[in-house]
Amino acid sequence: MEVSKQLEIPYGQVYQVATFYKAFSTSPRGRHHIRVCNGTSCNVRGSQAVIEGLERRLGIGALETTVDGRFSLETVNCVGCCAMGPMVAIDGEYFGKMDVKGLDTVLEKFK
Amino acid sequence: MKTIEFEIDEKKVRAREGMTILEAAKQSGVNIPTLCYHENLDHLGCCRICSVYIEKGKRGSIVTACSYPVEEGLKVTTRSQKIDRLRKTIIELAIVGSGPNIKADLYRLSKEYNADLNRFSSIGEETKYNCILCGLCTIKCIEATGGAIGFVGRGVDKKIVSFPETSQTCITCNYCNNVCPTGRISLKGADPPFPTVNDFLSGRS
Amino acid sequence: MMSREITGPNMLEELRKEIQEESVSQKVTISVCSSTGCVALGSQSLLKMLKEQLSNQGLEEIVEIKETGCLGFCEKGPRLTVYPGGISYFQVSPEDIDEIVTRSLEHGQPLERLLLRDPETGKTAERLEDIPFYKYQRRLLLSDNERVDPKKIEDYISIGGYSALSRVLFHMKPEQVIQEVKKSGLRGRGGSGFPTGRKWEATRDAPGDPKYVIVNCDEGDPGSFMDRSLMEGNPHKVLEGMMIGAYAIGASKGYIYIREEYPIAFANVKTAIAQAKEYGLIGSNVMGSGFSFDVKVHSGAGAFVSGESSALVEAIEGRVGEPRPKYIHISERGIDGKPTCLNNVKTWANVPIIILNSAEWYKSVGTESSSGTNIFSLVGNVNNTGLVEVPMGITLRDMVYKIGGGVRGGKRFKAVQIGGPSGGFIPEQFLDLKVDFDSLSEAGSMMGSGGMVVMNEDACMVDAAKYFVDFLLEESCGKCIPCREGLKVLSATLGRICEGMGKHSDLEIIRDVTEAMETTSLCSLGKTAINPVLTSMNYFKDEWEAHIEEKVCPAKHCRALIEYSIDEKSCKACLQCTMNCSTAAISGEKRKPQRIDQSKCIKCGTCYDLCPSNAVVKISRGAAKQIGLVD
Repeated sequence: MEVSKQLEIPYGQVYQVATFYKAFSTSPRGRHHIRVCNGTSCNVRGSQAVIEGLERRLGIGALETTVDGRFSLETVNCVGCCAMGPMVAIDGEYFGKMDVKGLDTVLEKFK
Repeated sequence: MKTIEFEIDEKKVRAREGMTILEAAKQSGVNIPTLCYHENLDHLGCCRICSVYIEKGKRGSIVTACSYPVEEGLKVTTRSQKIDRLRKTIIELAIVGSGPNIKADLYRLSKEYNADLNRFSSIGEETKYNCILCGLCTIKCIEATGGAIGFVGRGVDKKIVSFPETSQTCITCNYCNNVCPTGRISLKGADPPFPTVNDFLSGRS
Repeated sequence: MMSREITGPNMLEELRKEIQEESVSQKVTISVCSSTGCVALGSQSLLKMLKEQLSNQGLEEIVEIKETGCLGFCEKGPRLTVYPGGISYFQVSPEDIDEIVTRSLEHGQPLERLLLRDPETGKTAERLEDIPFYKYQRRLLLSDNERVDPKKIEDYISIGGYSALSRVLFHMKPEQVIQEVKKSGLRGRGGSGFPTGRKWEATRDAPGDPKYVIVNCDEGDPGSFMDRSLMEGNPHKVLEGMMIGAYAIGASKGYIYIREEYPIAFANVKTAIAQAKEYGLIGSNVMGSGFSFDVKVHSGAGAFVSGESSALVEAIEGRVGEPRPKYIHISERGIDGKPTCLNNVKTWANVPIIILNSAEWYKSVGTESSSGTNIFSLVGNVNNTGLVEVPMGITLRDMVYKIGGGVRGGKRFKAVQIGGPSGGFIPEQFLDLKVDFDSLSEAGSMMGSGGMVVMNEDACMVDAAKYFVDFLLEESCGKCIPCREGLKVLSATLGRICEGMGKHSDLEIIRDVTEAMETTSLCSLGKTAINPVLTSMNYFKDEWEAHIEEKVCPAKHCRALIEYSIDEKSCKACLQCTMNCSTAAISGEKRKPQRIDQSKCIKCGTCYDLCPSNAVVKISRGAAKQIGLVD
C-alpha cells in the first residue's frame, strides 16, 4: 500500500511488477541464499545433479527456505561464468566447477 | 488525413491513414474474428486470433489485423486453409489455459473453426479458470475503480487476482462482464471466482 | 593524475601524451583479471596477496598493480599478466605471488609451471598468441581488456580511447557517420543481425524529440557472457560507441540496461560514467563540441524476455517488461513514445574501431554478408572453454577443434547448440558451415548472442529440446496465447516422449503447435522457440524414433528409459556408492560386489559419478527387462 501511495501508481501495478521479475522475492530468504545456475553450459556439465544434491542435503526445493532459516535455494538461468560450470553462488560468493562431492565443503563455510 | 487504398480478400478498400487493418475491415463489412479487441481501447494484440496474411510487393507474412497499420497497395487475405488452421490451433491452445468449459465469443469461434475442445485438455494446471488472460477486465476495472483486479506473475504463472485490501472498491459496475470473451465474468460475477493475491503468493511456495 | 575538463581535440591529445609518459616510468606492471569469472576462481585473494607483498617489501613505487578485464580463457583462471613482456600466467594461486614478483623484478625466466601449454606440442607459451586457443582469434574488441583497468579512465585514454569520438564530433557530420557505419556492413550483434546503419538512419529520420539510445546488456542467453566481459572490462569503449551513435542519430539521452545478475558490470559502468564526466567526455557540451549527452544506468530484475527491445523500453519505464506488437518499431516510438535506437553492447563497441580504421577496413574482415568479428562463448563439453573473438566466416569445425581443442574427455561430438534458446542444434554433418548470420539462419539456427554450447554423445537430443522449451516456459511473459500455451503443450509432449509414452501423433501436435507459434506469436521469444525443437527433430530423427517407437533413449540419458546396474566383475566393493546413495538403494556384503535395489533407485546418477572403477553401468530399460533386472 505504501509503495502504491508514495509512487502514485495503482496498487495492482505494484504487485504486477513485483511478481513479474524473478529478482523480487515475496517470501523471506534464508540467512544464506544459494543460487545454482542451470543455464545451458552448466546443464550439459551436470548442474542438474548439483541442484538435486542440494535439494536432498537441505531438504528443500527451489524457492524454499530451510526450516532453521539457514539456507534458501534458487535456480537461476545464467550468471555469466559459463566456462567454469556448474556454478553455485552463495551470498554473492561464486564457486565454480561444482559437483555433488564438493557440496559439503562449500556449505560448511556458511553457518 | 491521407486516404489509403488497399485490398482485402481481393476487394478494393479505402481507409484513413493511421487505421489498422481490423478497423478498415470493420468499416468495409469484412469480418475478422477477435477475442481481446475492444473498439474503445488501444489494441492489446495478445490473443492473436485476428491473424491475417498480408502481401507487400513480393513479400508475404502473417500479422495481427488489430495492430497492423494500413498501407498503400497492401493485399490482405482474411481466410485460407492456412489461416483457418492457425486459428483452430490458437483456439485449441487457448483452451489449455481456460479449460474446455468455455462460453460466449470463444465458444462461438471454437464452433466456427472446428476446434477440438479436448485436444489438449489434459495439459496445463489442474484448476482452470475459463480465462485467456486477455486483460480486458483489468483495464476496464482500472477505468472504473482504480483496479480491484489485476495481473500478477509471469508466463505460465500469470493470473488475474483480486486485491482484498482494495476489493471494497469492486462496485459491481459490470464493466468487466461486458468485455469478457470467454463468458467467465457474467452479471452474476466471476465463475470461477478470482483468487486473491494472497492465494497466488502462497500458491507459489 | 588530476582530472580536468577537456574542451577541445588538442587537449585530449595532450592529455594522452601526458598519461603515456607517466606510465613509462613504471618499472613493472602486474595485471590481474578481476572479471566475474576469475573472481569466482579466487583472483581477489591474489590481489590481496600482491598488495601485501608489495607493501611489505616497499615496492609500491616500482611495481604497479592493475585490475583488468576478461581475456576469455576463463576455465584457466585466475589469470595474471606481467609487463614488460606481456607474459600471462594462468591458474595462479596466492602461494605463487612471491615468486612472480621476484622474477618479474629480476626480468628473469618466466615461471614455466604457470604458463599455458599447447596440448599438441607440449610446449609452453609466454605470449597468448602462441597457443591454439588464442592463435586463431582476432581480438579487435577484447584485446584491450589486457591493458585497461576499467576503473581508470586514464588507461583507456592512453591506448587511444575517445579519439574516435573526438574525430566524429569535430570532423564529421552526423549524416557522414551514418554513411560510414552503413558502408562498414556492421550488423546488430544482439541476435537478429539487422544492419546497424539502417537502424540509426531510421531513428534519425523518425519525427520526435528528444531521441534516445539504449545499450542492451540484458544478455539473458544461458551460456553467453561476452557482453558481461566487455561491460566489466572496457565500459568506456561501449560508452564511446554509444555517444558516436547518439551524435549521428541526434539523440541527447541514453540508457544502459544491465541485467541484475551482473553486479560488477553495473559498478564498473557507473565508475566509468563518473570519471568521463570529470573529464568533460560525457554530459553537457562534450569536449567543448556543442554536443550534449546524458546517460542513466538501469538494472534489470531477472526477466529474460525483458531483453527484447520493446519489452526493455517497458521495463525502463517502470512497468512489467513485456513486449508490444512490433509493427511500429521503437525507432519510431520508444521511450516516452520518442524515437529510440537500441543496440547490443558488442554492436556499440564495434563503432569506435570502424571510425578509426575506416569502413573499408572493417568490411575486409569477415564475410561478404557479415563483416567484422564476433565474440562467441565456446562452452559446454569442449576442452578449451571461454570467449573467442574470431572473424565472421570461421567454420564450426575450426571453432570446436582448432580453438576448442576438441570434445572433453575424448567423447564423441554430437551437436553444437548455437544462438541460445532461439537457436538450433547443428549436427556433425554441418561442421564445415561458415559461422555468419545468413549461413546459420539457412541451417535453421541463428547467430543469436553468439553462444556455442558443445554437446557430446551423452546428450539426449529430445531432452535437450525439452530443456530449452522449459527455459522459455519459465521466461515467457505470458501475454500471448500461442507462446504461453504452446510452450506448455510442447513441454508436456516432449516430457511424455522422454518418459517412454510418446505416440506417433505427437509429431503432428508438435508440427501444428510450432507452426502457430512461429507465425502468430507476439514476439521473437515465441517465434524462435521452435528452433531447438525443429532442428532436433529434423537432424536427429533416429533418436526421436527410438524414443517414440522403441521406448529407448540411445544416449542413455532419459531416466524413465534407463536402469543403473553394478557390474559384478568390475566392482571393487569400495562402498562409495553404498555410502552415498540417498535412498539406501545399494547394498551388499563387505568385500563383495554391491547391488542396486531397482525399486528404491531414483536414478540420480550419484553412484555412476562416484564409482572409481567404472563398475556402475547404465542400461536401457528394454534391455534391463530382458535380463530380468526389472519387471
